[in-house]
Amino acid sequence: MKKTVLAAMALFLCAALLAGCGPKADAGGAGDNVTLNVYNWGEYMDPDILTQFEEETGIHVNYEVYPTNEEMYVKLTKGGTNYDLIFPSDYMVARLIAEDMLVPLDFDAIPNAQYTQERFLNMEYDPDNAYSIPYFWGTLGILYNTKLVTEPVESWNILWDDKYAGQIVMLDSVRDSFAPALSLLGYPLNTTDESQLKEAQQLLIEQKPLVMAYAVDEMIDMMIGEEASIGLAWSGMAMSVLDGNPDIDYMVPEEGSNVWVDCMVIPKTIQHVAEAQQFIDYLCRPDIALQNTEWVGYSTTHQDALDNLDPALTSLEAYNPTDEVLARCDVFLDLPADTKDYMGELWTELKAE
Amino acid sequence: MVKKWIGRLYALGVFIFLYAPIAVLIAYSFNSGKSRGRWEGFTLDWYRTLFHNQQISSALYYTLIIAVLSATIATIIGVAAAIGLSRMKPRLQKAAMNVNYLPVLNPDIVTGIALMLFFVSVGVRLGFGTMLLAHIVFNIPYVILSVAPRLRKSSARLMEAAMDLGATPLQALWKVVLPEIFPGIMSGFLIAFTLSIDDFVISFFTTGSGVSNLSIEIYSMARRGIKPEINALSTLLFFSVLLLLIGINLLSKRGSKKKNGDELAEQSLMV
Repeated sequence: MKKTVLAAMALFLCAALLAGCGPKADAGGAGDNVTLNVYNWGEYMDPDILTQFEEETGIHVNYEVYPTNEEMYVKLTKGGTNYDLIFPSDYMVARLIAEDMLVPLDFDAIPNAQYTQERFLNMEYDPDNAYSIPYFWGTLGILYNTKLVTEPVESWNILWDDKYAGQIVMLDSVRDSFAPALSLLGYPLNTTDESQLKEAQQLLIEQKPLVMAYAVDEMIDMMIGEEASIGLAWSGMAMSVLDGNPDIDYMVPEEGSNVWVDCMVIPKTIQHVAEAQQFIDYLCRPDIALQNTEWVGYSTTHQDALDNLDPALTSLEAYNPTDEVLARCDVFLDLPADTKDYMGELWTELKAE
Repeated sequence: MVKKWIGRLYALGVFIFLYAPIAVLIAYSFNSGKSRGRWEGFTLDWYRTLFHNQQISSALYYTLIIAVLSATIATIIGVAAAIGLSRMKPRLQKAAMNVNYLPVLNPDIVTGIALMLFFVSVGVRLGFGTMLLAHIVFNIPYVILSVAPRLRKSSARLMEAAMDLGATPLQALWKVVLPEIFPGIMSGFLIAFTLSIDDFVISFFTTGSGVSNLSIEIYSMARRGIKPEINALSTLLFFSVLLLLIGINLLSKRGSKKKNGDELAEQSLMV
């Protein structure tokens, strides 16, 4: 029995040791220092920026991460938390505005917001630019290996070309995979018409025998390793792939596609409005925005950061599409629950086929 | 002879199936390229950057401290509950065991959301404490389930015999009953420990205030792709758990040898 006691003691010793070397107390609590609760996607901000901000201002940042907009939404709306700053995508911004969950921003307190590229103002999800400042953005398009696909790639049609049977990777994501089918049929990306969605599903079912896999980030390795020659991908992923294999190219098809924008917004659960706006302003400061953009690697919405990036990068269509490309792209809007359910059903049917 | 070889091949197949992914992961933690598709040369860089990554170290710290604390507390509560259950009338015991099964069968997402709503409704701020409580809650049934069969095997008379021989109830519990069910306690503790390290869904919904564990960090990387540092970290975790298991096995082997002797002595006394 001594051994159990010993084992228990050893465990508590470990726990005590861990407690000693772990992060400092952080639950806000006593002291005159303000603590901000920032809630962001994983790997979506250079961690050094948090330390620098703390050193410059004395404001401590509690940083938490989430994997999807929907999970963030549940945590945000059910209570028990006090997030001061979150980074939802376009359609989620629209939903939060509609549900009166956001605090209007005071732009006098955020002078650096002036650096936002003009093409990201007055977006459909926040028409008056009252609640959100864009953070990073990207498009949905086609990744292809120029050694294996020699013809010019211009249209979504290539994803239905049986020459490439077994070499096509689609995104395992409902709305993103429906987007090419809807665009080819000439229907709007945000359609709620069930017959149009059904038609799009039929098109995807036709395509299924050609598809090698429905994947998300596994696609990066499939494309680099040349297991797949064509893939439906987000431009952010494209950047990793282009980095790993110089033969790969990315383009946004002529029929149009999806553009997404992640934004900084302040939810009503906020406790420290002034400090949160100070932090947003800090993130928009040209040197910090540049540092963050270089670390994250996604396309920036910040004009000054864009101007100071390597031209080799900003000339890529995957990184910095022209206004002309952007003009044929639409943002996803939040769909009614019925439509979402219906699309989910169609998608399950397709995968089970 | 053939049968024996088929059996061995089958076992080998099962082990390859189980361990090949881990072997690949370990190999790629030394890959100098970022991609998991291509080998680009040996490096220890990911291990180096891992220790400089504050977010991962903080997540590792919370993961371990919550796993150790929740497994220890759940083991204490679970063992006490199992001993209490074993002394109940059979029908009541069966009912209680079925109630104990419910949380095991319940999907994590239901447990997670239910706990979150509960914490919110009683006005607790989500954070370290709520996540720890949640882990204790979902660990207890597993401890009970791994201790209860052991108790069923060991005779209830054993405790009476010890008390007949002059032990106080507490001594009988400490010196006779607990050593008898020790393997069950240990496996209950280990299951609780690993489940706690593993859990994403319940942790995600019950945490707040900047506290996050490794599963939350790793799941949240999904959109950007898993970083190679995570391969390095998983390798380290795999070997720590392996060492822990080997250690426990060695300990219990020595323990059981001695105990066998004790048991013989005990039996001869009873005769």
